[in-house]
Parts: sequence; structure tokens; C-alpha cells
Amino acid sequence: MSSPRIRQKFEARRAEGKKVLIAYLTVGYPNLEVSYECALAALEAGADILELGVPFSDPTADGPVIAKASFEAIQSGGSLKAAIALGARLRKVRQEPMVLFSYYNPILSYGEAKAVSDWAEAGGDGLLLVDLPPEEGDSLRAQASARELSIIPLIAPTTDEARAKKILERGASGFIYYVSVAGVTGTGTAPLAEAGAHAAELERLSSIPAVVGFGIGSPEQARQAAGAGASGVVVGTALIRAVAAGDPSDAPRRVADLVRALRAAV
Amino acid sequence: MAQAGYFGQYGGRFVAETLVPALEELTRAYEEIVPTKEFQDEWRGLLASYVGRPTPVTRAHQLGALLTSRGAPGAEIWLKREDLCHTGAHKINNALGQVLLAKRLNKTRIIAETGAGQHGVATATACAVLGLPCEVYMGAVDVERQAPNVGRMKMLGARVIPVESGSRTLKDAMNEALRDWVTNVRTTHYCVGSAAGPHPYPSLVRDLQRVIGAEALEQFGQLDQKLPDAVVACVGGGSNAIGIFADFVPHTDVALYGVEAAGHGIETGHHAAPLNAGGVGVLHGSLTRIMQDENGQVLEAHSVSAGLDYPGVGPEHAYLQELGRATYLAVGDEAALNAALDLTRTEGIICALETAHAIAALTEVSERETKRLGRPPRILVCLSGRGDKDLVTYLDYLAKKEAK
Repeated sequence: MSSPRIRQKFEARRAEGKKVLIAYLTVGYPNLEVSYECALAALEAGADILELGVPFSDPTADGPVIAKASFEAIQSGGSLKAAIALGARLRKVRQEPMVLFSYYNPILSYGEAKAVSDWAEAGGDGLLLVDLPPEEGDSLRAQASARELSIIPLIAPTTDEARAKKILERGASGFIYYVSVAGVTGTGTAPLAEAGAHAAELERLSSIPAVVGFGIGSPEQARQAAGAGASGVVVGTALIRAVAAGDPSDAPRRVADLVRALRAAV
Repeated sequence: MAQAGYFGQYGGRFVAETLVPALEELTRAYEEIVPTKEFQDEWRGLLASYVGRPTPVTRAHQLGALLTSRGAPGAEIWLKREDLCHTGAHKINNALGQVLLAKRLNKTRIIAETGAGQHGVATATACAVLGLPCEVYMGAVDVERQAPNVGRMKMLGARVIPVESGSRTLKDAMNEALRDWVTNVRTTHYCVGSAAGPHPYPSLVRDLQRVIGAEALEQFGQLDQKLPDAVVACVGGGSNAIGIFADFVPHTDVALYGVEAAGHGIETGHHAAPLNAGGVGVLHGSLTRIMQDENGQVLEAHSVSAGLDYPGVGPEHAYLQELGRATYLAVGDEAALNAALDLTRTEGIICALETAHAIAALTEVSERETKRLGRPPRILVCLSGRGDKDLVTYLDYLAKKEAK
């Protein structure tokens, strides 16, 4: 089972001839209140899906920008528990799909069953676990599916077609996250047109839409990936940079400005 | 083993998808290339002619007498002399094996993480002799406290990259190495130094280090055909320990003791003893025992020994502990420093600070074994490395002691 909200969002954008814009923000950066306001601002400015990043002490898949935000977020009280609470608060005022973006250890430590159940109760729609390839986490997948939470699969440029098929057969739901480049988040040199075309190919192999993430920060980059066939784009590092770029009280405005520009592009 | 890459519930492969194909390739190489005669001949040839294996076992008479005077009467202590390996520690066994393997996989660049610098030096050495470029990630704190090894790596032509993030020690060096690897995975082999990390590293590193225990078994066979009653080794990630344990595991009458770093003391929280005071968690690609807070954030470890200063441990040790096959003790900074002095002055061997933790545990091991056996035990200790790199720390400690 997967989240109906995610499916409906992709269908609605497709019907309008538009692409899905996914915004990533680290929960607790620069503090819990401002990260809530930034998330709200991103949705109000036109982001379709929100990825709530659970800060982790050892973010090995993240580049320096998100890694630094992650360390600071932990100091400010960011955690899985705080991310679920922030999601629940947003759900009272917004209807967009929300995905928890986390490393596996915070989930394991919280308890898989409790994490799934609390996130579902909070109004969450999916889980994206960076370091949980399809060979791991069977119990988490089963529990998520029972609560209609999508488990978003990641597919990388190093994944060959046979393996991509295997990943998609193992209960992928919601959407496919295609990583545009071998590397960490925030890279400036991703081949985005190629990635967009690859995402379109993956979409043909499966029954769910495919989006491109890593290396998309500007409207032009978003257009490249979307124009080449991706059903959506994920923007993370650029939003964290916007949060960091000045007084925290103005961070929501800076986030909204960037989201509006990206929204206009896709 | 229920599933490939698992030791009971521990192990696995918790990494970003980008790395999985490279780990699958390495697993195939581990299964299909490492066991071949051709690979084994080349690697063992280097171990013999270049590293200086087999390393001897040395009876430590005077250390035994010192333990006797401290209430552990009659214990017979033997040292497996990995300090006599070229580059001064067991790390070279694994580094040569992995760099040879990387060449078979047509990788053109090697990266490594290092804590004490011994694995960095070993990898830089293997790369120098086998002709590959080498970059080593090392926590900025460790760059400072293990300066001699930084100099050796530079001399060997490796690039040492100080890591400024997090606790600026081994854990953070491994994070940066993983970030490099995910970016350059097509051309680069990540030479992991410990029996930790995602599958196949814990098994691969164990099999490249099991030569330590295999030699010791043979050496006792030739000596008097009596096995030791106990085998003792220090445990950070745990590569020297798993290397000396592996061939003794089936000999169930031989007790196995790993020694973690208790730092300032387990009760202070400033330690590096996840097997003694950690919980189940995922760090650096494997499910094992780690030091973490209530939110699943990994804690900073503390040990005077850079090589043990790590909040995780190889998954097979977590499994051996759970089975009750091995016992894991913990020894604090000061006890380790004193043990290094004891060993130096009784046996004329300056050991590494990591190894000093194993030496410091000998009184306790001896007492436990005397109780178990009803007689004084024969104990084999893995003397995993020499202490040149730690001289500054030792001399500071000596000066402090003399000032008191």
C-alpha cells in the first residue's frame, strides 16, 4: 500500500502539464521554530511535497552544507521525535504529502514500529532512508506498508538495470528518487539532462513516477532535469543555503522566494 | 550465518545505493579472487618477503613475574609480535591484501581512513610498493597526536587529508572517506582498516588478518603442542583481535578476551567501549553495538589511544560477545599508560597505546582464568603494534609521574 496523497499530487501536476517540486529542509535548522516556519513557507510558495530531514550525527551521504545544518540542528533539538512533531503541526494546516528523510539509525533507535505508527498518526506519507538499500529493512518495509506509508526507493547512476528492476520489485511505492550523480548532496556538477532522461526510463520500468535529486538548486537546473523527462525535482542544499543566508527571522521569506522561482520553472 | 554478510543479527550493508554495486563487486572479489592460489601466493609471498612474516611469539618472563607480584601468580605470558611487521603493526597484512585486490579490480586510486595512523601508514606503504596513488583521511585531532605517522605517510607519497568535522577523530575520518568513495566509486577502492563497515569488509579484513592467529596456533604446536588457555587483544574496530581470534574460535577450551578503551572511565561516559556500555545501532554501514544517545545520534568516543577512539566496533565482535564465545573487558587511559611502561621496562618492548590496553587487562584475565582452570593460565597476547608513534604521549606521562 502507498500513500494516496503522493499519488494524487503527481496525478494533479501531470494533468496541469507541470512537474512535482519537492522541498527538503533539515528539522531543527537553525532551530525548531524557524524550521517549522520555513517548511510552512515552502508549501505556501508552491512546493508540492515536503521532505523533512531528520538530522543525524554521521550524515555520510550529505555534502558539507547539509552536514553542517545537521550538526547545528542536533544542537537545537532536532531529532526524529521533533520531526514527527513538526509534521503533525504542519498537517493541521496543510494537505501536501510529507516524507521523512532519515538515516536508518534514528529510526532503529526510536523503534521501527513506533516510528511508523507515530509518523502515520502525525499525517506523514512516506519514508526515505538514505542508507537502507532494498536488501535491508524488511520488517520496516512491511510495517510501513501496513500503515499506507510509502517507502521511497533510491536509485543511483551506479545501479544497473537488473538491480533497478530488483529494487522496484521489492515494494517500491510513492515515487522513485533518482540520484543524479555519484556523490553527496549539494554537488554542483550533476549531469541533469541525462538524469532526467534516466528518470523517465525508470518510470517506464515501474508503475510509479520518478524524480531527480542531488545537484538541483536553481530554476535552470530544475528545468533541465524536468525538461528531460523527470516527473519531479528535489531541491535540498540550495534551500538550506537560503535558510543560512542571513537573519533567521527572514529565513522563511528567503525559502519562499527560492521556491517561487523554482515553481515557475517546472 | 543466516544471511550473507551477517553475524547473527549483526553486520549487513547499510549504505547509500550508489555504493551497493561497488560492495557487490568487492564481495564477488572476496569470494572468487581472494581464495585462489594465484592471489594467495602473491599476497603470502609479500607477507613473507616484505612484511617479515611469520612474526615470532615471545615468552614474557619478566612481565609474568610482575603479574605474579600483583596477585596473578604463575601466569605464563606469550606475545604475538605484530610490532615486528614492516611498518610496525598488523595493519599491513590487510592493506597489502586489499591493494592487491584493488589492482585485480582495475581500480586506479586508493583511499583509507586512519586513527592512530598505523592503517594509513600501512596503506600508503602498500600503495608505494604496488604503485597506486593513495589519499588518507585522518581526524585533525589525530593528525596532531600521531604526528610521526603523518610524516611517514607524507614520506611515502600519500596525501593526508585532515578532517575537521565532528569529533575530528577516527569516526569522522571514516565519514569523509565514505563521502569520497561515494563520489569516486568507479575508479577508487576504499581500503577499510578495521573489521568494521558494510559487508564484505568485516569478513574480508578478518580473513586478511587471521594469519595472526593461524601462525600462533602453529607456533604453539611446534613449541609443545599446548594451546594457550586464553587469547587477549585490544579492540577498537577490532581487526587485530578478530585476526588472532578467528582460528581459535573453534577451540572452545581457549577463552577469548577483547579489551576496549574505558577512557576516563565507563561511568564518566568518556570512553570508547560500545561492547561494554553501548547499544544496538547502525554506524558506517553495519549493524553492531555503538555508543549513542536517546535520539540515535552517535556519541563521540574518548580514548588516549587514537586507534581505539571509535564509538562502534566490528559486527563479528558483537556476535562473539552475544554468543558468549568472547569476553570484552575495558581498560582506562591511565592503566594503559602504566601498562606500556611495565612492558617496556620488563621486556624491552615499547608497544603502541592501543596494545597497552591489552597488556593492562592481563591481571584481570589471569585472575579469571586461574579461577576457571584451577591453575595458572598460559595467555597469548596480540602485541598489535609498536609505540614509536606514541613516544610524545609516553614521555609527557613519564614527566607528569616524575613531577608528582
